[in-house]
Amino acid sequence: MKGTAGSDQAPSSTVEAVDPAAPSSPGLSTQQEVSAEIEAIAGGYSAGSTRQPRLDYPPYRSSVLRHPTRDLEPTDPEGVELWAPVFGERDVDPSEADLTLGHEGEPIGERMVVTGRVLDGDGRPVRRQLVEIWQANAAGRYRHRLDQHPAPLDPAFTGTGRCLTDDDGGYRFTTIRPGPYPWRNHANAWRPAHIHFSVFGTELTQRLVTQMYFPGDPLIPLDPISQSVLEPEALARLVATYDHDLTQPEWATGYRWDIVLDGTHRTPLESDREG
Amino acid sequence: MSATPATAGQTVGPFFHLALPYAGDRHLVPEGTPGALTLRGTVYDGAGDPVPDALLELWQADAQGDVVQRPGSLRRDGSTFTGFGRAATGADGHYSFTTLEPAAPFFAVTVFARGLLDRLFTRAYLPGATDDLLARLDPDRRATLRAEPDETGLVFDVHLQGERETVFLTFSRQGGPR
Repeated sequence: MKGTAGSDQAPSSTVEAVDPAAPSSPGLSTQQEVSAEIEAIAGGYSAGSTRQPRLDYPPYRSSVLRHPTRDLEPTDPEGVELWAPVFGERDVDPSEADLTLGHEGEPIGERMVVTGRVLDGDGRPVRRQLVEIWQANAAGRYRHRLDQHPAPLDPAFTGTGRCLTDDDGGYRFTTIRPGPYPWRNHANAWRPAHIHFSVFGTELTQRLVTQMYFPGDPLIPLDPISQSVLEPEALARLVATYDHDLTQPEWATGYRWDIVLDGTHRTPLESDREG
Repeated sequence: MSATPATAGQTVGPFFHLALPYAGDRHLVPEGTPGALTLRGTVYDGAGDPVPDALLELWQADAQGDVVQRPGSLRRDGSTFTGFGRAATGADGHYSFTTLEPAAPFFAVTVFARGLLDRLFTRAYLPGATDDLLARLDPDRRATLRAEPDETGLVFDVHLQGERETVFLTFSRQGGPR
């Protein structure tokens, strides 16, 4: 086999060729070992202690040297931290919300709509704000020089999109359902299918980058990145809902996923309170 | 008002370059602008190795100390200062921004990286700046938040872990460690 597994390694590292038929990959843990680590950490979790991912999460091997070891310093936001950058129509073209456009021909895969609302921690819509997404194609391949998964690139699909939320905090993308893909966290490691989301609120403190998963994906329980969110309800909120009312006849399936940002600190302006 | 539980963060992963960087992302002002400075540094991991797949976001007040609320960061027109920029690290873990010195104590810096499960907030303080946060930190910790002047501007290294681990902030209304 000439193929190499998809890599989550640093760009400077060498990705060794992997024979998928080989019983094990030297130096890498097995799924069984990683699953046991995931289970042990989940077992020690006390409900309600955090809804965010644990930064120190050894089952995700790349986190070991990249998480702060000291407690985050509780700080009152000041100055610019109480505001978010503003994006507008000059920043984002409406066509950027349709990832199936812009190429010759149609991308391969399950055409889907993903839509939802961006809300702040008090349930207010986040209006006219930037949402950015990126994802693998239907075969589980990213258009990125470091993705060496031996699955085809799709000449009709780049996998990036942007939009501004509407006055109700709503966003909507048309895309192709991404495939799962292998990575080198451990032997035979596969990421569940996901779409990366980057979202701004009305304050810097609400800045969020996360991943949306798909309902019923059997890879989620095996995946150390999603499992780093220890609170089961919080993990469940990362999973979109299939919505048949969004599904368009003979065109696209529909998924709904709402995003809730942290609460704000600044006293809301009149313009924030409308509606 | 009852709080709705927030959506959890997840790592940006290794492929964010596909979507997040953009032309002109690190140039809040065009190079050569009178008064422009370079804010640059290196992101390090706990082994002291540079992190080649991190992304920094800069968000700052303008040279008058005002928080800018104008669009145009993604498609810069060359004259509007928006106060926002992005810079991915290179193979050597290095990043740089071309910007103006804010009339404020600090630049707000948000750090993302493969291997980092949620974004981190920190501040790059201007030399000589003081405030309550700096005042309550031990000198060693305080030093991690100070941008150091050099011949082209300011240097601000980020240590995700290790002896010189950067002070990272939580603004959570719930407070406490994460």
